[in-house]
Amino acid sequence: MWRWLHPYAKPEATYNLLQKFLPWFVALTLVTLVTGVIWGLAFAPGDYQQGDSYRIIFLHVPAAVFSMGAYMGMAIMGAVALIWQIKTAEWSIPAIAPVGAALTIVALLTGAIWGKPMWGTWWVWDARLTSELILLFLYVGVMALYFAFDDARTGAKAAAILSLVGVINLPIIHFSVEWWNTLHQGATITKFERPSIATSMLIPLVICLVGFAFLTVSLVIMRLKNEILRHELHRPWAQQKLEQD
Amino acid sequence: MSQLSGRQTWLTILKRDLRIAARRRSDALNPLLFLLMVVTLFPLGIGPGPDILARVAPGIIWVAALLASLLGLERLFRDDFQDGTLEQMCLLPQPLAFTVTAKMMVHWLLSGLPLVILSPLLALLLSLPVQGWWALALTLLLGTPALSALGAIGAALTLQVQRGSSLVSLILIPLFIPLLIFATAAVENASMGLAVHGQLAILAAISVLTVTLAPLAVAAGIRMSVN
Repeated sequence: MWRWLHPYAKPEATYNLLQKFLPWFVALTLVTLVTGVIWGLAFAPGDYQQGDSYRIIFLHVPAAVFSMGAYMGMAIMGAVALIWQIKTAEWSIPAIAPVGAALTIVALLTGAIWGKPMWGTWWVWDARLTSELILLFLYVGVMALYFAFDDARTGAKAAAILSLVGVINLPIIHFSVEWWNTLHQGATITKFERPSIATSMLIPLVICLVGFAFLTVSLVIMRLKNEILRHELHRPWAQQKLEQD
Repeated sequence: MSQLSGRQTWLTILKRDLRIAARRRSDALNPLLFLLMVVTLFPLGIGPGPDILARVAPGIIWVAALLASLLGLERLFRDDFQDGTLEQMCLLPQPLAFTVTAKMMVHWLLSGLPLVILSPLLALLLSLPVQGWWALALTLLLGTPALSALGAIGAALTLQVQRGSSLVSLILIPLFIPLLIFATAAVENASMGLAVHGQLAILAAISVLTVTLAPLAVAAGIRMSVN
């Protein structure tokens, strides 16, 4: 594995790899998201209780899942950056954090829009809503810390340490908030039990989940490419790339 | 010069920091006065009725304690960072993650312990039922070590940032939330005469976990700032 990973410690090699993968990920995002969203919004059957307003889960659930997934990815990159001192891993922290924060905001907003007709209120201090809000605060903290330093490498290391601290704390926060107050329904899809959702709704939801996964990865790749270029501007290869595009 | 053992080094740092604090008393006293004043603001803001005050007292006291512990963090490492003491601590034969626990201990002695001692007074001011007093003191005793440990992480990470105190609050407050939840639940249960062992056990568990793991993050943060 080392021989395979080693070349990507060099920013130029990573950049070329990202450039090669980006069109594929963008294409897959478009295909899966368009299929999933159209299927979910137009063709999936309405819910017998909630009517059509349940359809927002095709955006809400994937956004919520990958808001947490992105944090996990950021923490893993933080660990890589701290252990092997790989520069591209450091730059991926500012590349991932805003994407994750945006997904968190999307999950919160779609949740509020769904909550108004269903629960009768935009916001309740429910466990899941609160932990999602705290996740947003953690993202904000990581970003604020990253940009607070004059020296970018120190900022990246501080943000990496903080994201690791956050990842240890996230389950504690989650369970403490869960115990504190809950109104939200349980998870609809879990790995170990039969999903409590009809197959005709499950298929578009899974397609949307896959679509959001590709969307997250594509956005992170775009941002990481920019970060690499921004940090490597003084090198000839980066200037060549800029002239080509 | 003979080499100091680990315990001697730890005690030396502890004594030195306590002596510094004793010579600059206002630094240690200001957060406590701040706490007292914040607690005074609430009856003025929401009305002096004992019923409503007793209802919100655990939350007010704990929120004020969180804010007060943020105030003292600035001086935890800042002076030692500026005069080079931290660099010398990095060069000690003992691991940095071990020696920083002495500094975390000093922070707790100066900010956590006074809170525990002050808690009956705060409970009295907010007309908390008497059966909630010992629960409040116990939650503070078990919870404040985690405040000092997490706070030290924030202080170590922002050493190089000019005027980093608002940043410290930004990154630490989300991490403090579990403590607030379990502590206030324990005090509320106690004032209603219910069992509180579960919440106290979880508070103690959080404190043990953070006090063991936080020194590693603090040491990493200090090394990052010193280089």
